[in-house]
Formats: sequence, structure tokens, C-alpha cells
Amino acid sequence: MNINATLIAQTITFALLVWFCMKIIWPPVIRALDARKQRIADGLAAADRGKHDLELAAKRSADILREAKGKAAEIIAQGEKLKAEMLDQAKVHAQDEAERIMVAARAEVEQEVSRAREVLRHQVADLAVAGASKILQREVDAKAHAEMLSALKQEL
Amino acid sequence: MASGNLTSTEYIKHHLQNLTCTLQDGGFRCAQSAEEAKAMGFWAINVDTIVMSLVLGLAFLFLFRSVAKKATADVPGGLQNFVEVVIEFIDNSVRGSFTGRNPMVAPLALTIFMWVFLMNLMDLVPIDYVALISAPLGLEFFKLVPTTDPNATIGMAIGVFLLILFYSVKVKGVGGFIGELTLQPFASFFLPVKFSLSPGNLLRIVALIIIVPVNFLLELVNLLAKPLSLALRLFGNMYAGEMIFILIALMGGAWAGASLSGITLFGSQILLALPWAIFHILIITLQAFIFMTLTVVYLDMAHQKHH
Repeated sequence: MNINATLIAQTITFALLVWFCMKIIWPPVIRALDARKQRIADGLAAADRGKHDLELAAKRSADILREAKGKAAEIIAQGEKLKAEMLDQAKVHAQDEAERIMVAARAEVEQEVSRAREVLRHQVADLAVAGASKILQREVDAKAHAEMLSALKQEL
Repeated sequence: MASGNLTSTEYIKHHLQNLTCTLQDGGFRCAQSAEEAKAMGFWAINVDTIVMSLVLGLAFLFLFRSVAKKATADVPGGLQNFVEVVIEFIDNSVRGSFTGRNPMVAPLALTIFMWVFLMNLMDLVPIDYVALISAPLGLEFFKLVPTTDPNATIGMAIGVFLLILFYSVKVKGVGGFIGELTLQPFASFFLPVKFSLSPGNLLRIVALIIIVPVNFLLELVNLLAKPLSLALRLFGNMYAGEMIFILIALMGGAWAGASLSGITLFGSQILLALPWAIFHILIITLQAFIFMTLTVVYLDMAHQKHH
């Protein structure tokens, strides 16, 4: 057992070795470890974010679906209302039209009737004149009796 | 020897001597000199090797166990991060070199790597520090690095060897294993084509009987070379490294007063020991890795069926 200067030299060497480890070997190892840790943390955070996003998206999609359903119901109701309105309108319109047609038809019929009556009147007048001329055995001067004839026609 | 100056030879011998103890005269006695240790014969124990390897093995187990118990799936903390890196590294290299399916191999590789690494790591402790602790305890010798003791490396290699034998027999069966030992590398040509006693077959059988011992000799060397190479490579590297540390340390020991040569020796001890220690950081890791990888490769070979 001899304790001597070699111990001091070994201590210095050991200190230098520790220093070397601290300066040269330790930092890259720690950097690699930290990088790995960071990567794991990032991955986990990304996974969490993804999960969160998924939840949000699900919620949003449910909202959109609900909204769309509401809108669709609204549109249907509106459609129904519009349909009823249009039906009513059409009914009213048709009634008006029918009335108008009827009035026109009636007017036409009356016109026809009056025309026919006019024609008839003339014919009856003619007939009466003819009958009268036969009775009188002579011709009735239409010119002479025009006034009387037209008065007669008016009377008929 | 407990006091006074040592010659260089004594200094080297002292540092290379294990603390060898045995049961003697009804009590547990430790050798006080190399001659005494030698005289104890086979039935002695290198207490320093046992203690250091046990302490370091337990340190590894407790360290990893404590991390494993607290392991979280979240972002790993400092120690867990380190342990994960080590385990990932081992797992990757086992995946790379082990083709079979055996859940025992990766943990075995991890244990071997960490244990050998920690035992090698003791090489970086300044060699004379040990004496500062062991001498007051009354221990004449104490070798801090178990892997510089061939007993430790050969012991580990025997463990690996038994595993190789076990898995060889388990995977290939006794017949398959014997076949592998006797019918390689020269055989298939001599195997009888059909079970008949035709002259050709008789000739083949005779040739086979001649060739089997040759094969067995070759394969036995092949088989025994595995644990031997494992043990001697690790021991040789660490022993040589330790030896150079001792030789370098001798320079400082030669310092006698503040003479020019003394200071030069003192300075060159530092100048030499530092690069050697830095180089050894690489060596100890590499040796641990080689021991682990070769174990895995040998076990992989034990798991493979050739014929």
C-alpha cells in the first residue's frame, strides 16, 4: 500500500474525465433524450388536439344537422301554406271566371233572343202586310204605308 | 505489505490480485498475498468480484424496477426516458438479430448489456481510490472491476452456454441436436438412400461411421468456441484496459520530489490517462454491446433448424 503522488494525478485525471463527460458526452445525450421527450409530448398533445377537434366536429355536425332539419321543416310548412294559398286563389279565380263566362253567355243569349225577336217582328210585320194585302186585294204601297208599317213593327 | 513503498512489479501485482477468500481452519480467511491466494486452489471465492457484481446487478435491477413501477403512458420523466431509450435500443437490436420467437431473449439481452456495462464502468474509477476505502476496512486486495476477473466473465459465458444447450435441445430435440453435432459439415452425401443392405449402402454406412467423429470434433470446437470467445473477449479487453490504467498510474508513482523527470512523469500520467479513460468510455459500452449481441446471435443459432 503506497499512497503517493499517483493518487493526486489520478484525481486530476478523474476530474478531467468528469469534465470531459460533462462537456462533450453529456450534452448530446441529454439533447437526444430531451428531443425524444419533446417528440412524445408533441405526439400526445397532437393526439389530444385531434380528439378535441373530433369532438368539436361531431358537435358541429350535430348542430348543422339539427339546423338543417329545422330549416327543412320550415320549408315544408311554407310549401304547405303556399299550396293552400294557391288553391284558394285558384278557387276564387275559377269562380270569378265562371261567373264572368256565365254573365257573358247570358248577355249573348239575351242578344240572340232580342235579335230573333227583331227578325220575328219583321217577319210578322211582313206577314201581316202580306195578309192585309191579300185581304185588301191590292198592293199595299210600302212607301205610302211605311210609317204605319214601322209603327206596327214597333208595336209587335 | 500494508505499509512501505512497493516496487513497480509489486504495485502491478497488487492491483491485479483479487480478494480471494476460502474456508480455512474452521474460519473464513482471505488471502494476504498472491501466493496464498494461489495456494487456496479451486475452492476459493473472489469476494470482491462477487460483491461488486452483486451490488451492480442489484443497482441495475432496482433502478429499472423503480422506473417500471412508476412508468406512465404520458410524457416520460428524465429517468423513465433514459430507461425507455435503453430498452428500445436493446429491443431493436434483438429484433434485428434474433429471428425466432422467444420472450426470454430481449430481457436477457437487457440484463446482460446493463450488467456488463455497469461492471465495465467501474474501470473508470481511479484505480487507487479503491485502496483508500478497502485498506481501512482491513482488506488487503480489492479489485473493483468484476469483468477483469475471468471467473466473472467465464461464469456469465457458462450461463449463456447452458441456455444455448437448453434451447438447442428444446427446439431441435435431443436427436436433432445430436444430428447437428455429428452430421455437419460432411454428411448428407453419406446417408443411406434407402434402408437396404445393398453394397452401395454398406459402403455409405462405413463412410458415415468414419465421418461422424470428424464432424463431432469440428462441431464440438464450434460449440465450445462460443462461450469461450464470449468470456475471453470481455475478460481480455477489460484486463488489458485495466493493465494500461495501472501502467499509466505507475508514472505518477515514480514521482520523487519536484525533479524535472518527476514532474514530467506526473504530467504525462494525466496526459495519457485522460485519453485512455475517454477511449474506455467507448470500450466499455462496446464490450457490453458485443457480449449482448453475441449472446443473442448464439441463441438465434440455437433456435434455428438446419436439417
